Formats: sequence, structure tokens, C-alpha cells
Amino acid sequence: MTALSEAGAAVSPGAPRAIRRSPYPGWFFLPAALIYGILFLVPTLASLYFSLTRWTLFNSTFIGLDNFAQFFREPFLIQGLVNTVIYAVVTSGLKVVLGMMLALLLTSAVMARGYLRSVVFFPVLVSTVGVGITFTVLMHPTQGMINETLALFGIKGPGWLVDPKLALLSVALVDVWKGVGLATVIYIAGIVAIPKDYYEAARIDGATKWQNFLYVTLPLSRPATATVITLSFIGGLRTFDLIWAMTRGGPGFSSDTIASVIYKQYQAGFYGLSTAGNVVLFVLIAILVVPLTMLLNRRQGHE
Amino acid sequence: MLNKTAKLLTGLAAGLLTVTALSGAAFAQSVNLTYLIPSGPENQVIADEVVKAFEAANPDINVDIETRPGGSEGDNLIKTRLATGAMADVFLYNSGSLFQAINPQQFLVDLTNEPWQADVQASFKPVVTAPDGTIRGAPARAAMAGGIYYNKKIYAELGLSVPKTWAEFMANNEKIKAAGKVAVIQTYGDTWTSQLFVLADFYNVQAKDPNFAERYTANEAKFATDPAALRGFEKLQEAHDAGLFNEDFGAAKYDDGIRMLALGEGAHYPMLSFATTALVQAYPDNIQDIGFFAQPGDEAELNGLTVWMPDGVYIAQTTPNLDAAKKFVAFIASPEGCDAQTRAGGASGPYLINGCTLPADVPPAVSDLLPYFAEGGQNGPALEFLSPIKGPALEQITVEVGSGIRPAADGAALYDEDVRKQAQQLGLPGW
Amino acid sequence: MTKLSSRLIGVAAILVSAVVFLVPFAFIIITAFKDKQQAALLDFTWPNGFHLWSNIVEVVTTRNWMMVTAFINSTILTVASVTLLVIFAAMVGFVLARRKTRFNGLIEFLILAGLMIPPAVVPTIWLLQGIGLFGKLHGLILIEVAYGLPFSIILYRAFIATIPRELDEAAIIDGARPLDVFFRVILPLLWPVTVTNIVVQSVGVFNDFTNPLYYLPGNANATVQLTLYNFQSQFNTSYNLLFTNILLITIPPLLVFLFFNRHIVAGMTAGAVKG
Repeated sequence: MTALSEAGAAVSPGAPRAIRRSPYPGWFFLPAALIYGILFLVPTLASLYFSLTRWTLFNSTFIGLDNFAQFFREPFLIQGLVNTVIYAVVTSGLKVVLGMMLALLLTSAVMARGYLRSVVFFPVLVSTVGVGITFTVLMHPTQGMINETLALFGIKGPGWLVDPKLALLSVALVDVWKGVGLATVIYIAGIVAIPKDYYEAARIDGATKWQNFLYVTLPLSRPATATVITLSFIGGLRTFDLIWAMTRGGPGFSSDTIASVIYKQYQAGFYGLSTAGNVVLFVLIAILVVPLTMLLNRRQGHE
Repeated sequence: MLNKTAKLLTGLAAGLLTVTALSGAAFAQSVNLTYLIPSGPENQVIADEVVKAFEAANPDINVDIETRPGGSEGDNLIKTRLATGAMADVFLYNSGSLFQAINPQQFLVDLTNEPWQADVQASFKPVVTAPDGTIRGAPARAAMAGGIYYNKKIYAELGLSVPKTWAEFMANNEKIKAAGKVAVIQTYGDTWTSQLFVLADFYNVQAKDPNFAERYTANEAKFATDPAALRGFEKLQEAHDAGLFNEDFGAAKYDDGIRMLALGEGAHYPMLSFATTALVQAYPDNIQDIGFFAQPGDEAELNGLTVWMPDGVYIAQTTPNLDAAKKFVAFIASPEGCDAQTRAGGASGPYLINGCTLPADVPPAVSDLLPYFAEGGQNGPALEFLSPIKGPALEQITVEVGSGIRPAADGAALYDEDVRKQAQQLGLPGW
Repeated sequence: MTKLSSRLIGVAAILVSAVVFLVPFAFIIITAFKDKQQAALLDFTWPNGFHLWSNIVEVVTTRNWMMVTAFINSTILTVASVTLLVIFAAMVGFVLARRKTRFNGLIEFLILAGLMIPPAVVPTIWLLQGIGLFGKLHGLILIEVAYGLPFSIILYRAFIATIPRELDEAAIIDGARPLDVFFRVILPLLWPVTVTNIVVQSVGVFNDFTNPLYYLPGNANATVQLTLYNFQSQFNTSYNLLFTNILLITIPPLLVFLFFNRHIVAGMTAGAVKG
């Protein structure tokens, strides 16, 4: 902080003698730096220490790596870890694929395009808790609308949120329902930005629609794809709201993710263990996202 | 001399000042208390009646009722609000080990020397006593039992009799299932209801192994390795494996459970006896069809009722209205308070305050309890009143066992781990 | 593609989108019109009678007008945190884009870290308690600012790069001080991306559930999301009231959507595609 303000006080080279201070003063960083530093960086660093303790918020006893050992020993904590990765992969995968498909549809000459774009995007803006409650009701195994509609066709609907094998995926589907609009909009911008010349050239070469897509659209919307993958993957790894609103991690522990595990341990008063969970999530994101981003950006570099 | 606007403004100001002065006076007279209770129909009606009666006797005190979820979510909400100083003035919460887990010495007002303590029955005092020996709560409800509600009509139709052993219970269930009714109602939409098979079995555990509670607290007895304790988990699994549950057991809620029981859609509902109040409230026409029996063990002679001490009502130390809060608690712990409860929801069990009486015409579900407390009857406290440790994840584990996700032995082992975390967090010796 | 098959695809798209995207909202609206008994059936039938107004009244007056307090709290939270975010992030983005110091790399890294690293909640609670900001609305405002800074800074930095330096220099030659340059010259030019930022952050903060859940326990200062969540136990079997609550909460984002749809799309994609 001090170094920055000193730098700010230095006169920028080439400026007229009348100006003492740079028009880009270092202290402009100060308010943001203070808030961000104290309320984000300090706790993050503190978590590295407290995850190694048994903590009651008032005093902490150092217990070394016990919390982490506990984390990896208890089946439902490991389940949370596995579920988190599955959830992130499923939701970002679906958002990428469906988002691209919808974007293709919505940039073609289909009718009522404005209506379709709005309808697809609106769920992004709605409250997650509200969406969670609504879909929990719709997905009720016997009284919910989804299963009642399926029953009209003679199909026995599954227990979306009560079957332990399905619960996580059901929540993931709702997540995609809510978030695909954002992916679509990003893709639309990416597709619309592709210069028409490429399509002209392809048309002259006699390309089919499929070849158009494969050799023009797909490669040239790579930045959009990278953005969608990164945003939805990180979001998926950190997911909490929807899971908590719909299943609270149930039935049992089958739809717990690390974020809900962190919350449950916090609720139970096991603060050290909860903080250890935070560290695990942090490490998980770092291990998965950093190579992913590098991979996506490197491929972009080759273009 | 004053123009129109100025006159208008002056008039307005005068009016506002008058109103403020009046309301200020009114507020100065009345005290506002907040009273936090668990959600659920029976809790609401009882609280409403008690508050009404209290406010009638104390016109200068106004009580606002707030609700919170039940189960482990509610437990944790209580802990958080106490830890952050955001608790209501007075709140209703479990006694026993859950009471120990909220750090009573630090957060609750000492009530040892209140005048009404003399009328509280001796069996209740230990379960609201903090580690330093001071009493921090008053009994807020009737004593409860954990066992199995049953529909007498279905029993009469199928010629069944109240089972004294688990084997008889399962045989009854087969007949009920064959007759096309739901044998055992489960309601995992409210996860706390899944624990009953395990918790209500404790009388049977204690009967086989009288020192279980002490050994368990000292880290010597475990659910997974003690065959008597494991039975509770095994019974839950057996009931699931025999296909006795209602179809929507995973999503059904407590309200659905009492509805199915009352209307005869299901025959058995393992539950705590406070549900009688909800049943009287919501299904008064069917209340005569409902009875209660203790969860059977494996031997007929050792059959007995697992008893829960009632919830306690506590005062948070952060309350700004200590005198009013103490008055409110004194009212709850008095015969007038008991009468208000009986008026609201009928009695659901015996009160633990001298001078509180049960009316003559109690529903069958309550009169079914009385033999267990009478001469020659058998009853014993639930584990959470003999030991300070209760793992916070039990209800999720029992959901897993009851849904067939995890076998009983695994579930018991998992619970032992959970208990270990809690014991270590509480700083108990020997863990 | 023939006119007929593209027509068919169009119709199919409209139908499928209606079923998938509109039916859940229709369900919310219909259930909000019903009374308690009919709502408990949880089906898609037409409501018998117009109970919406009485439902709204009941939801709003529950627990001493808690919804009103919640809306007020959410509004204060959103307005205050977004205002601070815009100003502080623009300041940082401005200097970051214009000056090349040796700290730029570090700052970029910290910003990226902020986008990825999940906040350490329990240590944050411990810190807030220490400073005396826990459970208070202004504490949460600062938290929302802290968590929203990375995204906003990136947005501003990218956009400021498109504002020519000559404008700054012209102002400086005219004798403007740094604050003047920033507030009088730059900030007005940032209006398009500011609108986007305001809209995106407002919706985000308004819909935020996790942070109030952790940092604002206690009912006196709950936000609308927290109130909705808590009312699940309050309205245990009164689905009509629960869905009326959801309907009320959906109105602000709906208004934002109607007025700002274009801005959101344009701004976000501009930032996103440039990477």
C-alpha cells in the first residue's frame, strides 16, 4: 500500500512542470484495496491457519492435519467432493452444448426470435431460491406436475429429488434451466461477431450447413466457448444456493456438494472442519480451473 | 401573517408531534418481548394460547411470536443466533444434550433461584442444568414419549393386537400391507422425523445394557459394535427392506404423516407424542381412532416406553427486558400456563409442574401412555437426557438407512464418527 | 431448408420454449391466485376465485410486515453496494488501464484470484465479529462490494482501454486535478459499461442468498431471499402464500429485464467475448 502511494507521488515523465502529481494517482486503488484486502484476502489467508485447528470462534487449538484427515475419511465428506466435480462437469457441459444449439437457432432466421431470446434469458435474472422452491414442488414424486404429466402418458415418473441416484442430477438440470440463457447470450454475441466473409467463402466452396458449423462457426466462436466453460465450471464447483433450496444436500448426503458440506459443518459448530472444507474447495478449484484456463487460452493463441 | 403553506406545515408538524408524543407514551408503557418457537401447527396453537393468556394477565407486556425450522437446521439456527447475540428474548428449545450443546452457561439467564422452581418436578431439573450446576430453563410442555402411533380402526378391522415384540410388530405390518394399506408412514421431507426408530428404541437398549449411557459418554460403547444399540438402526432398515413405507416417503412431510395416520391411509407412524396436539387440532373427528404404543424390543417382558423430557423455555442473556421475560417464563411454568396449553391443544402427556392437572377426557393416544408411568409400568429416559452428546448428522444418516442407501451397520458406524466430532468439539474427556 | 421445414422448426421452438421456460412461471402465478386448500393440491388447474390480493396482504403482513422490512433491506443493500462498486471499481480500472507500474501484474493476479477463490466464510465471520460488523447491514454491504470488485474491475479496465488518452491529457492541460479528470471526464464516458455493471451487479446482489445466510443471521435485517427461505417453515402447507412470496420477489428482476434487456446482453457479451 505504501509503495503504491509513493509511486503515485512520483511525477510521470514527460508531463509539464506545472503538474506535480500523476493524473493516475496510486491512492485511487486505496478504497477498493482496503475493502478487498480486509474482507477477502485476510480471511482467505486466515483460513489456511484455522483449517489446522479445532475452533470455537473464541479459541482455537492446533490439531495439525486432523481436520483434513477427517474430511477424507468420512464417506459423506468425500461424497461431497465427488458430487461437486460431477455437478460442475454436468452443468457446464450441458450449458456449453445447449447454449451453442440455442444460439445457432436464435441467430438463424427463425420466427419470433425476440420472444425466444427473452424467454430463454429471463430465468437468469430470477431468484435462485424461488426457482429452487418452484421446481421442488414441480418435482414432487407423486403430486408434482412433472410426474403427473408423465402419468398422463402412462410413464411412471422417477423420484427426482428423493431417489439418491437422481437427486444431484435433478438439481443440475434445474441449474441448467436457469443458467443456459446466459451461455446462449454469450454465444450469440460470439456468433454474431463472426465476419460474413467467412460464410461467403464457405458458400462459394459449396459447404453444407453442417460443414459451415464445423469449420466456420465452431472455431471462430472459441473465445465465447472458453468464457462459457470457465464461468459455468467455476460456478458449478462453488454451487450452494440451488442445492440448499431444493434438497439441503439430501436425501441423506447424496446431493451434498463441498459448499453445502462447508455450511453444514459451520451450522453444527465444527468451525475448524468447515474452514478445512473451504481450503479443500479452494485447492480443488485451483487444480481444476487453472489448467483448464491455460488449455483454453493456449488453443486460442494458436488461432 | 403566516401564509397558507406555513400554516399547513405548522399544523402538520403539530399533528406529528402529538402523535409521536402519544405513541411514545404508549410505547413507554408496554414492553415488547420476542418469543421464538419451532414451526409446526401444534407449536403455533399452543404458543398463541399461552401468549394470549399471559397478555391478558399482563396488559403492559406484548409478546411477538417468531418461528424457526425444527430438526438440525433449527438446532444450528439457535446456536448461531446465540453466538452472534441475535437471539429473541425468550425461546423454546430441547432440553438434555441439545441444551448442553448450546453453551447454556455462556448464553442463558440463570433461573435457579426463581420462586416457581420449587414446583418443578425433580426429574426435570437435571436436563436443564448447566455444567456449573445452575438451572437455566423451565419446562415448557408436557412430558413426551417416543414410540409408535397406530390407527385403532385398522387394527380393529384386521383383528390385530398391540405388539409386545418386534416380531409381532412386523407380523402385524405384513397383514396390513396385504390389506392394501400403508404399514409404516415415513416422512423424510422433514428429516428430523426419520430418527424415531433409532431414538425410541433406547428403552430397549438400556434394558439390555443399563450402563450404556455412561460408557457411551466415556467413549467406550459404540452404536456400531453394541448389538443392543445397533438394533435401532437395524429395525429401520428392516422396515424399509420389507417395503412397508408409503410411496412418497422421501418427500412426505410431518403434516402429511399425521394426515395419513388420522384418515386411516396408514397404520403406524413412529413419532413423539406431542403430535397428539397437532392431531387434535387438525383432525378432531378422528382423534378417537388413534392410539400409541412403545416401540417393541425383542423380548416381551422388557417392553417399555422411551420418555423425552419436555422442551425447555429459556431466556437469552442478551435480552433487554429481563423482568418481563422472567414474568413470561414464570407464567409458562405455572398451572395457568399448563391450563392454557391444555386449552389450546388438549393434553399430550403428563406435565412436570406440581399443580398442573390433566383433564378427565384425554384422547386415547394420551391415555395409552399412562400405564407405562403407572405402578408396574416401565419407562426410561431417552439417550439425549442421559448423555450430553448427540451427533448433529443423525437425521441425515437415518434418512440414508431408511431409504436403503446405506446398510444399518454402516449407518451406525457413521453416527459414531459424528458423535466423536461432537464430543471433541465439546471438549469432553476421554475422546 | 424449405420454407415449410423452417416454419415447423420455428413453431416447434416456440412450443418447446413455452413448455420448458414459461410453464414454471405460469405455475407460480396460478398458484399465487389460489386459496390454501386448492394450492395444496399442487396441480395446474385454474384457480377457483381470485385470492391473489388476500394472499399478498397476508404475505406482506406476516410476522409484523417482515416482507416490507426485507424489501427495504434488500434495496438499501443493493443500492449502496452497487454505488460503491461502480465508483471504486472504476477508479481501479482507470488507473490500471492507464498506468503501467510493476504492481500491475500482482493486482491482475489478485483480481483473478478473487474470481476463482471461494470466500472463506467462517474466518470472514470471525473477522466481522472482531470489527463489530457481523450481523449488520453495512457489514454485508462491504462484503458484497469486496466480492463484486473483481468482475467490475475487469469490466472497467477493458472498457477504459477504448477511451483515448488524449481526453485525459486535454483535461490535464486545462488544469484539472486527478479527481476532476476522473469524475468529470472519464466517468461520464463510462456510462454504457456502468449501466451494464449496475444492472448485472444489482440483480446479483438482490438475488444473493448465500452471503446474507452466513453474515446476516437474525430476522431484523433479513433480505428478501432470506425471508423467502425462512417463510418455507412459516408457510409450511400454505403453498398459495409461498408462491405469492416468490411472485413478489420476481417483480424487481422482471422490471429490470423489461427496461434493461438490451444493456445486459450488450455489455456482458462485449466483456465476455473480448475475454
